[in-house]
Amino acid sequence: MVPSYVPLSYYLLLSGFLFACGVVGFLIKRNIITIFMSIELMLNGVNLSFVAFAAHWHALAGQVFVFFVMVVAAAEATVGLAIIIAVYRTRETLNVDQVNLLKL
Amino acid sequence: MNFHLILFLAFGAVCVGGAVNLLAQRHPINSALSLIAVMAALAGEYMLLGAEFVAAVQVIVYAGAVMVLFVFVIMLLNAGVEEHTMGSRIAVLLGVPGMLTGSVLLAWVVLQHSGTEPVPIGALPGHPTDIAQLLFHDFLLPFEVTSVLILIAIMGAVVLASTPEAAAGKAD
Amino acid sequence: MNPNLNLWVIPILPLAGATINGFLGKKASRPGVTAVALLFSGAALAWALIVAARFSSLTLPYHEFFAHWIRITGFSADFAFYLDQLSLVMLLVVTGVGFLIHIYSVGYMWDDPSYYRFFSYLNLFMFFMLTLVLAGNYLVMFIGWEGVGLASYLLIGFWFTKDSAASAGKKAFIVNRIGDFGFLIALFLIIKHFGSLNFDQVFGAVMPLPSESAGAGLLTAIGTLLMLGACGKSAQIPLYVWLPDAMEGPTPVSALIHAATMVTAGVYMVSRSHVIFERAPAALTVVAIIGTLTAFFAATIGIAQTDIKKVLAYSTISQLGYMFMACGVGAFSAGIFHLMTHAFFKGLLFLAAGSVIHAVGGEQDMRKMGGLKSLIPWTFLTMGIATLAIAGIPPLAGFWSKDEILWKAYQVSPVYWLIGVITAFITSFYMFRLLYMTFFGDYRGAQPDAHGSHGHDAHGHDSHGHGEPHESPMVMLVPLMILAVLSLVGGFVGWGNHFEHFLAPVFGTVEPAAEAASNVTEYSLMGVSVLVAFAGWWSAYLLYYRRPELPQKIADSLDGLYEAVVHKYYVDELYAVLFVKPLIDGSTRILWQDVDRKVIDAAVNDAGDGARHVSDEARHMQSGNIRSYAGWIAAGAAVVIAFMIWMGMDAR
Repeated sequence: MVPSYVPLSYYLLLSGFLFACGVVGFLIKRNIITIFMSIELMLNGVNLSFVAFAAHWHALAGQVFVFFVMVVAAAEATVGLAIIIAVYRTRETLNVDQVNLLKL
Repeated sequence: MNFHLILFLAFGAVCVGGAVNLLAQRHPINSALSLIAVMAALAGEYMLLGAEFVAAVQVIVYAGAVMVLFVFVIMLLNAGVEEHTMGSRIAVLLGVPGMLTGSVLLAWVVLQHSGTEPVPIGALPGHPTDIAQLLFHDFLLPFEVTSVLILIAIMGAVVLASTPEAAAGKAD
Repeated sequence: MNPNLNLWVIPILPLAGATINGFLGKKASRPGVTAVALLFSGAALAWALIVAARFSSLTLPYHEFFAHWIRITGFSADFAFYLDQLSLVMLLVVTGVGFLIHIYSVGYMWDDPSYYRFFSYLNLFMFFMLTLVLAGNYLVMFIGWEGVGLASYLLIGFWFTKDSAASAGKKAFIVNRIGDFGFLIALFLIIKHFGSLNFDQVFGAVMPLPSESAGAGLLTAIGTLLMLGACGKSAQIPLYVWLPDAMEGPTPVSALIHAATMVTAGVYMVSRSHVIFERAPAALTVVAIIGTLTAFFAATIGIAQTDIKKVLAYSTISQLGYMFMACGVGAFSAGIFHLMTHAFFKGLLFLAAGSVIHAVGGEQDMRKMGGLKSLIPWTFLTMGIATLAIAGIPPLAGFWSKDEILWKAYQVSPVYWLIGVITAFITSFYMFRLLYMTFFGDYRGAQPDAHGSHGHDAHGHDSHGHGEPHESPMVMLVPLMILAVLSLVGGFVGWGNHFEHFLAPVFGTVEPAAEAASNVTEYSLMGVSVLVAFAGWWSAYLLYYRRPELPQKIADSLDGLYEAVVHKYYVDELYAVLFVKPLIDGSTRILWQDVDRKVIDAAVNDAGDGARHVSDEARHMQSGNIRSYAGWIAAGAAVVIAFMIWMGMDAR
C-alpha cells in the first residue's frame, strides 16, 4: 500500500486561509448577517487547525475541544441572531453603518 | 502524488472557493449557501484526519442547525442586496490583492520553515467511544458548563426576539 | 554656685505686654493700654535692677538654661542666657532708656488712632532686644537680632498708609538682611570649625589659637563677616542708607531703636566676639577703618541737612562709627562706654527733637523754626545739655567717652586720632548749628492760623489746633529731664578708668604700663579735644547766630561740593542704579516673564492643554460606527497575536 500522507503545514495553510477570509469579511461587509457568517467562517478555520494538530500530536483532546467550539458557536449564533432581529425591529435596517447611536 | 493528497486538494478547493464566494456575493443568502458548502467540505477534511465523530457533528449541528438558523433569519428579515458604495469598491480594490499577497507570503513562510511533518490519512481515529471517554471524564466540567451556556443562550434568545406586545401579553 | 536669677523673665515680661496689647488693645481704653505697656516694661526694668543689685554676689559669668532647642549629634544649641559685666551694662541701658521712652511715648502718641499698636510693637521690640543682650549663644542672639529688625520694620512703617513710611520700613529690613547674610555665614563657619554656637565653648576654643597676623585665615573670615552683619544692623558704610529713611517712623521709635538700642546691637555683638577679633588683626583693622570712615563721612553729610531728625540720624551713624573705631583699635570697653553715654544723650536729643516737633505742630524743617528758646524752655534746656554732651564738652558724659576712644585710637595710629578729632569738630559744629537754628533768632515758622506744612510727625498733632508753639506735657518732659541728668553725670563712671576696670573681666586687663608712661600725651590730647569742641561751637555761633548770611555765601562758593553734600553724596541714587534697578529689571524680565510665565505657567497650562488635545484625538475612537470598532478589534488582536508569536520565538 502506498503510504499516503499530507504535510501538516498544508492543513494549517488551509485553516489560516479560511480564518483570513473570515476576518476580511468581518471588516468589509456591511450586512450584519454576513458579518456573523464571517465569524462562523473564522471559527471553522480554527476548528480545522485544532483537528489537524490533534492528529499530528495524537492528542484526542483537540477533537474534544472542537466539540466545545461548536457548542459555543451555536449559542453565540442564537443570541446574536436574536439581537439582530431585535435591532431590525427598531431600526428597520440591516446595514451596520446605520446602527451608530452608541457613541460619545 | 497520492490519494490522500488528491482528496485533500479536492476538499480544500471547495473550502477556498466557498470562502471566497462568501466574500464576493452581495446577497446574504448566497453567502449563507457558500458557507454551508464550506462546512460540508470541512467535514470531508475532518474525515481525512480521522475525526469521524467530529465530522458527523459538523454536518449535523453546524451545517444542519446553525446554518439553517441563519437561513431562516435571512428569509425572515428579507435582507436585501448590499449596494456597492465607494467604500466597498475601494475595499475590494485594496483588500483582495492585499489579502492575496498576504496569503502567498504567509504560505511561503510556513512552507519554508515548518518542513513537511507528514500526517497520514486517518491519522487519529476519533471513535465516539474514545471521545466520550475524554468528554465525560477529563472534560466533564466544561461539558456541564456548556450545557448551562446553552440554557442561558436559549433564554436570552427568547427574551431578545420576542415582540414587546408578546412580552406584555405574557406579563398579564 | 549661683542662685537662679530667672533671667528669662526679663525678656518675657515685655513679650507678655506686647501680646496683651496686641490682641486686646484695640478695644481697650487708652489708660488701659498705657498701664499694660508701662507695667510690663517697668517690671522688666525693676527685675534688671534687682539683678544688678545682686550682681556683686554672683560668680561670673552666670549661665542660665531655659529650655532645650536643638540637640543633634555634633551640634547642640539651647535657649540659654548669659550674664556678665558687658551684658549687665547693656541690660541696664536697654531697660532703663527703654522704659523712659515708653513714658515719653504716652504723651507723644496720645492722639494717634493706633495707640495700642504702637505700644504692642514697642514692647515686642524690648523683648527681642533683651533676648539679644542676654543671649548665651549666637543662635539666641540671632533670634534677637532678627527680631529687632522685624520690630524696626513694623515701627518705621508704623504709619504704613504713607508710601514713604512703608518704603522706609522695607528699605530698613532689606538692607539689614544683607548684613544678616554675612552674620549667618559667619555662624555657619563657627559651627563648622568649633562645633557649637555657645559663647563659652566658642571663645574657649578660639583662645588658644594663634593670632592670624598673615591676614587671611578662618578667624579673619569670621570676623569680617560678623562685621558685615554689624554694618547692616548698626548702619555703617556701606549699609547705612536705611537709617536716615528710618526717620519716617515716630520720634520715640527713632530715639529708642535708632539711637539708643537697636543700632548698638552691632557694637555689642562685635564686643562680645572680641576674642575672635583680637586674634584676627586684619578683621580688626577692617572694623576700625569702616568705623572711622563712617564717622567722618556721616558727619560731613550732617552739616547740610535741614530736617532736624535727619541731622540726628546722620549724627547717630557718625557716633556709631566712633564706637566701631574704638572696637577696631582694641578698646572694646571704650566703645561700650561711648555706647552707654550715647544712649543717654542721643536718646535725649531725639526725644527733645520730638518735643520741638510737637511744639511747632509737626514741622521738621529747621529753616522754619527758630526763636523757640523762650517758648519751650525745658525742651531747650535739656536739648542744650545733650548738645553739650555730644559735642564733647567737659564735664558732660560725651566728653569722657569720646576722649577715651580718641586716646586709645591715638595709641594705635595717629591717623585714626586725627580723623576722629576732625569729626569731633564737625560734630560739634552741626549740633550747635541745630541748636541755634532751632532755638535762637526769630521764629521763621508758619503763622499760627495757617497750618500749611505739617511735616512727618503731624499725625498726633492735628487735633491740637494750637497757634503758638507750646511746651510739651510733663509726661514727655520728665524723661527728658532724667536723661539730661544722666548725660550730665553719666560720664563720671569713666573717671579713673573705673568703667574699664569694671569691664576688665570681659575684655582682658588694662595695661597699666602704657597708660602711666604717657600721661602727658593723654592730657594734651584731651586738651586738643576740648579745644576742637569749642571751636565747633564758636563756628556754629558765628555762622548761625551772629552772621546768618554767611552760610549761604559759603555754600554758593563751594557750589558743586555743597550740592553733593546736600544730596548725601548721591549714595542712594548710586545704589538704585547699581543694585535696585538691575534687580527689579532682572526680576521682571527674567524671573517673571520668562521663568514664571513661560516655564512654570506653561508647564501647568500645557499639561492641561495637552490632555485636552489627546482626548480630542482619542475621542474619535468611540464613533458609534460598528465597523470601525470591528477594525480596532481586529488590529488589537493582530498586535496581541504578533506579540505572542514574538515571545514564542524568543523562548525558542
